[in-house]
Amino acid sequence: MAFENRVDVNHAVHDIRTQAIKVFEEKGFPTKKDEAWKYTSLNALLKNDYSVFPEQESSIEFNDIKKYFIHDIDSYRIVFIDGVFSSHLSETTHEGIDVCTMGAALTKPKYQLVIENYFNKIVDKEDSLTALNTAFSREGAFINVPKGKVVQKPIQVLYFSTGKESAQMVQPRNLVVVGENAYVQIIERHQSLNLNPVLTNAVTEIHTSKRGIVDYYKIQNDQESASLIDNTYISQQQNSHASVHTFSFGGKLTRNNLQFLHKGEYINSTLKGVTIIEDKQHVDHSTLVQHATPNCESHQDYKGIYGDRSTGVFNGRIIVDKEAQKTNGFQQNNNILVSDKATINAKPQLEIFADDVKCSHGCTIGQLDEEAMYYLRTRGIPKKEARALLMYAFANNVLESVKIPEVKARVNKLIAMKLGVKIGFDL
Amino acid sequence: MAYTEEELKKELETKEYEYGFYTDIESDTLPIGLNEDIVRAISKKKNEPQWMTDWRLEAFSHWKQMEEPEWANVTYKKPDFQAISYYSAPVSKPKYDSLDEVDPELLDTFKRLGISLDEQKKLAGVAVDVVMDSVSVATSFKKTLGEKGIIFCSISEAIQNHPELVKKYLGTVVPQKDNFYAALNSAVFSDGSFCYIPKGVRCPMELSTYFRINQAGTGQFERTLVIADESSYVSYLEGCTAPTRDENQLHAAVVELIAMDDAEIKYSTVQNWFPGDKEGKGGVFNFVTKRGLCENRAKISWTQVETGSAVTWKYPSCVLKGDNSVGEFYSIAVTNNYQQADTGTKMIHLGKNTKSTIISKGISAGRSQNSYRGLVQVHGRAENARNFSQCDSLLMGNQCGAHTFPYIETKNKTAQIEHEATTSKIGEDQIFYCNQRGIDTEKAIALIVNGFSKEVLNKLPMEFAVEAQKLLEISLEGSVG
Repeated sequence: MAFENRVDVNHAVHDIRTQAIKVFEEKGFPTKKDEAWKYTSLNALLKNDYSVFPEQESSIEFNDIKKYFIHDIDSYRIVFIDGVFSSHLSETTHEGIDVCTMGAALTKPKYQLVIENYFNKIVDKEDSLTALNTAFSREGAFINVPKGKVVQKPIQVLYFSTGKESAQMVQPRNLVVVGENAYVQIIERHQSLNLNPVLTNAVTEIHTSKRGIVDYYKIQNDQESASLIDNTYISQQQNSHASVHTFSFGGKLTRNNLQFLHKGEYINSTLKGVTIIEDKQHVDHSTLVQHATPNCESHQDYKGIYGDRSTGVFNGRIIVDKEAQKTNGFQQNNNILVSDKATINAKPQLEIFADDVKCSHGCTIGQLDEEAMYYLRTRGIPKKEARALLMYAFANNVLESVKIPEVKARVNKLIAMKLGVKIGFDL
Repeated sequence: MAYTEEELKKELETKEYEYGFYTDIESDTLPIGLNEDIVRAISKKKNEPQWMTDWRLEAFSHWKQMEEPEWANVTYKKPDFQAISYYSAPVSKPKYDSLDEVDPELLDTFKRLGISLDEQKKLAGVAVDVVMDSVSVATSFKKTLGEKGIIFCSISEAIQNHPELVKKYLGTVVPQKDNFYAALNSAVFSDGSFCYIPKGVRCPMELSTYFRINQAGTGQFERTLVIADESSYVSYLEGCTAPTRDENQLHAAVVELIAMDDAEIKYSTVQNWFPGDKEGKGGVFNFVTKRGLCENRAKISWTQVETGSAVTWKYPSCVLKGDNSVGEFYSIAVTNNYQQADTGTKMIHLGKNTKSTIISKGISAGRSQNSYRGLVQVHGRAENARNFSQCDSLLMGNQCGAHTFPYIETKNKTAQIEHEATTSKIGEDQIFYCNQRGIDTEKAIALIVNGFSKEVLNKLPMEFAVEAQKLLEISLEGSVG
């Protein structure tokens, strides 16, 4: 296999890859018969003949892609073009912290220990798509924040697809290790630059040590030819805080698998998302918070607005193990359907084995409040703007907890664009 | 206080299942196993017409090709369907007019169950169609009902006397091949109840049936068909207790409700099959398919109190086919020791302006697992569909589990759906408050559980509510943590 020539077969990772190939061969792509994929079918995507390893290297100019960055803030940047690291677009560092590529981390001896300790440790090894990524991923972001370090500026991770191949599959693999008392903010985005189909199967592993804080933002506003399967696994130690915000506006099919695993007490996990889609777009949020230890908290809040023939899926799961007493688990999922042809499938699940817990979930599906609309219209606000205002308000809960103002501003702009209106203020 | 937790625990551990006894009536039992001949034999024993035999055989041929479902959140040793006798009936099939003629031993059974027919006749005004080991042996108040044109009899009688109604409606709501257990039931059902309320008639009393699994090693396959014609009303009660038995007993019933235009059916169940002993040995497997069909402006309301069975697998559902129809589901499921329950409802909104309400209360104690599994589905043409669901779970002890698996599927923008679920335990401060006022811990728990379940208990007919409250107390004794 050509791929084998490019990696070091003597490396410990080679065994992990071999194992992963076996799992994928055995399980194959998930189908609607799998309970976790009941509402999302990959059939339409798998018709394309994807090229997995692009032959030619591509280069793009910064100005062409500038708009995809949050460029008004100083940040570290890790940029990949068709899965290959682009050094001239990136700004990496090794000063105190490591912001570089998985390619480097997997080959350089000084990272061997980190890789051995953290690579492929918390992923669901039985998940076929994760296994596929483990087997064939070549590149991704490697972020290692040692004990007590606060990363002063956000780290942007961007994946561009040039679309030079007629159909392309990319499999990025990110590893984030946050040491004790360390702090990091990460913004991630996948973007294709033309309308050739792209399938991204990404896996991100995030390890948060004691009292570490990680703040992760996923901005999904890709072309409608691009599909994304995003698998994110987060493990948390005592007193750590981890939050993931997912903003899904673009793409043909987006599946977000987000899993939190607790390994200590007094952990705080936040999972939030805003989804606004139309046409035939399909967004599936599949979350799992595994409360395995006492005195932890988790907060989930997902809002969705679905237009045209779009489909939204929310599959949220909270598991509270026997040992996890005093757990506080909260899950909220609100949806608005704005079209007769749109579909929403929600499955908010609680599986609770401990008795001294507070867990709740709420799920609603409805429309914009007619009376609120009327109120705004009587005050001279046109229908379209009134609708947009109400939708803003609907999504605002999620935006409130965004800590980077520039990200908030960008998301606001994206929402305004998506709703086709201009609103003269930022929320 | 002299009464310590240890003592309480000890007392409860030694407490046997109250209704566990066995009535010794000679039975006419078919050989064990299942094949076409057995299906034919059951049909022949019941002297059924050819169309019924064919219907059963068709169901059997479907069943042979089906697989036992595994998706429910329960684990158990699958029953060996070839090791069950599919028919057992008391040898003589007496039709009594008065209680004096009834086998005294049978009457004694009723007394121990606390459902003296006599008393019920007088006090509660309930017509009881007692199904004792699959064949109806006592029917009361038939004449009163007959005057109104209401047909209330066993389904075998209905097949003989009202074949046109049975033929028209049997299997229309739960088809033969609906699922594994429904297919099995369709092939081998021994008896059950049939009820028809004519147009515009309001049934003057609560109709009620008691089911009992009695003969050793016989599965009970009940088939119930309730038809409420236009603008009629009926309230139907079903309750069950079963004797202590070591091997697992299979109970696979099918209940079909049909509510025509403007009709209303209220169906209440108290289920208290033998749950197995405190080690989880024995107990009934309760795999039930219950479904109702609502035409225009019709209403079906399911209320259930589930305290028994080792494994419960039950989803009373409403198909809201007609415009402006209403479906309701009120449930209390209590599990203790090693019991497992996977129960909930399906609300299928097809018609315009359809409404559904789901209130589910799960209480788990001991080492039990209690799951709510529900589906709310709004189809494209169901304009202005409205659903409200609430699933609350109460946990007692850290060996048990409470799970919620709601499925919500909406294809209409005018739908309004709300779902909420909470899980909590009984607060120490609540218990302390009661203790302070001289209420001992066990009483306090009963009090709190009753309060927790009140919303559902309120929906039960009065006489059932009292029984249900008692059942809750019995089921939860010894779960004080």
